[in-house]
Amino acid sequence: MSLAINRLAAGPKTREAVRAFFAHHSFPLVEGDTITFVWRGDAQEVKLHHWVFGLESAQHLTRIEHTSVWYLSMPLPPASRVEYKFEIIHDGHGRWIHDPLNPHLARDPYGANSVAHGNGYTVPEWIHRDSASPFGTYEFVEFPSAVFGQRQTKVYLPARFRRTRQYPLLIVHDGDDYLNYTALGTILDNLMARREIPDMIVAFTNSSHRLVEYANDERHARFLTEELVPHLESQYPLRSQPQSRCLMGASFGAVASLSTAHRYPGFYGRLLLQSGSFAFTDIGDRNRRGPLFDNVVSFMNQFRDQPTAVSERVFVSCGTYESLIYENRSLIPLLEATGMDVRFREARDGHNWENWRDRLREGLSWLFPGPFLLVYE
Amino acid sequence: MTVSSHQAEAPIVLLGPQTDFSEIGEVLDEFRVAGPVALITTGWQENEREDEALVEQLRRPAVNLALHARSERVYALEPLYAKARAARQARLQHLQRFYRMRLEAVDEAARAIAVRHVEAELLLEQQSITVAQMRQLDDDHLSRCQAEWTAFDQQWPAAEQASIAQERAAIAEQIDRCAAIVIAGGHLTALLNRLRLFDVLATVGNKPIVAWSAGAMSLSDRIVLFHDSPPFGTNLAQMLDVGLGLARGVVVMPDPRHRLRTDQPQDVARFTQRMAPAQCLGMDPGARLVFRGGRLVKGLADRLLPDGRIERGWRA
Repeated sequence: MSLAINRLAAGPKTREAVRAFFAHHSFPLVEGDTITFVWRGDAQEVKLHHWVFGLESAQHLTRIEHTSVWYLSMPLPPASRVEYKFEIIHDGHGRWIHDPLNPHLARDPYGANSVAHGNGYTVPEWIHRDSASPFGTYEFVEFPSAVFGQRQTKVYLPARFRRTRQYPLLIVHDGDDYLNYTALGTILDNLMARREIPDMIVAFTNSSHRLVEYANDERHARFLTEELVPHLESQYPLRSQPQSRCLMGASFGAVASLSTAHRYPGFYGRLLLQSGSFAFTDIGDRNRRGPLFDNVVSFMNQFRDQPTAVSERVFVSCGTYESLIYENRSLIPLLEATGMDVRFREARDGHNWENWRDRLREGLSWLFPGPFLLVYE
Repeated sequence: MTVSSHQAEAPIVLLGPQTDFSEIGEVLDEFRVAGPVALITTGWQENEREDEALVEQLRRPAVNLALHARSERVYALEPLYAKARAARQARLQHLQRFYRMRLEAVDEAARAIAVRHVEAELLLEQQSITVAQMRQLDDDHLSRCQAEWTAFDQQWPAAEQASIAQERAAIAEQIDRCAAIVIAGGHLTALLNRLRLFDVLATVGNKPIVAWSAGAMSLSDRIVLFHDSPPFGTNLAQMLDVGLGLARGVVVMPDPRHRLRTDQPQDVARFTQRMAPAQCLGMDPGARLVFRGGRLVKGLADRLLPDGRIERGWRA
């Protein structure tokens, strides 16, 4: 396939030709399975920074001679989603910027990245506010924890909430981030309105020391299981069977979910684990990811050595552009061998919130199937 | 189950999903319903009495028959009957799962065959075999469901349970004072089972009925569950059960905007062939089908065609 950028480079580089090139395309250019990043301006160097594990994380753009157009073409498999930034270097000093030609941004706790969509990727429609979906409501629950002192949890109640009914409980690690960066509140409203999941109560938990508390910390497991759940059960009409309790989280939040379930086997009947930081070593305890992972590696080595059925149903997802894909893939046969019902979903995406967002419909509805086939409003 | 004894010429009006219920009042006006209406909101289950917004749009007095609440009372008063009913439901659910497994096996084979590089004529023949196998499974499932209902009704004649007989009489009395019946959507089996439990349609006589979504599906002769974009699994449509048979010869498909994919014509084609000779009609808000004597006499809907196309705004 002849790429548009190559046609520009091969043709007359008049001001009109360059103007027409920018007027007639949207950026980055996605042509078949190839993506071309383009930046326009004066610079000493221009680099692309992306978060695709397996490719060089910083790559140089090339300037088309006699123009201020810089570009880089690379393969982009169908249905990919890639987050990136440009680094513009002047006088040896680099400045990281969003792609000014691309309006698509993905926000995260550190700011935002530009986003490229490969052919076949579409932003799911169920993440957007649907006027037919009634809103759930939120309450704050605060109680003195013997483990952590005063802790606050945001609790979501479904739009059709009735005190006389009983509901499953979903506990979300990094709750505020899920609300802010995956639109989980809107997604819950939509999936419940469409009966793809049953009405449920959702506890959004947060930790200001997540890298410690989520890394297989006994205190965290005790806080959730012996304090938070009993407190919520005393305040809300919750079903108390394991099948009606789910822990979910991403990255270290997935480790916290699995390790908590491991400390309290059979208490949580559902787990939703997204891009879990399930680092392990095959020999010795030293790991390449640094001391923050020591507790994780110790737990994962133990779990991998003697995997047990800590839950009933486990949904695992991971991006194929994450370094963690190997850890997650290799965990699946171990989970399955315990007899747990396991569903694993890979996507051509990275370690980011929109990847986790895009898997929520399948994950939640598989763990808690709703009566959508039987309900026609 | 027998087809209801609803009298021949009163109109049965089926509608698509209702968000603000405004269409209901218009239909009642159009058919000159003068008196109060009997409301069936059983598909809303334990929320059936939250009908204020609906009643407001009816523009006439309404009596909610509260079938869900009545059934709860009956089950509490007739524990043996309730136990037998629970066992029946469990058996029906098993039948549904087994039927679904068989359908999936046929579908899986069809997909494997469809990608073979053989003459087009041979593939076409195979497609017909798939349709025939699915039709056979559909018919078999429906007759097994009917057999379950017949056996249950024989062993546990509802009319012989004192509390059921009492509720039926009360319902008949309420319906007698009304000029029309309005049946809302919601949970299909919750609605259908209670319409059967109280044999509601036997007491309707020659009164018009207006029903939407699950309510409309329950009045047809075969109830088909469908969703082309399920959150997981395949998009295979499946029979749920026989319906009450007041609207015959159509497959009522509410909310096609959300439930039907238009970019898979081969699936639409197979579905319509599987359901033939019934007409498959997508019903979004604004769609309307009018039946008299069980037959469609007037309609506005989206019609699924055997060639895989969907005819928007089809009129009968």
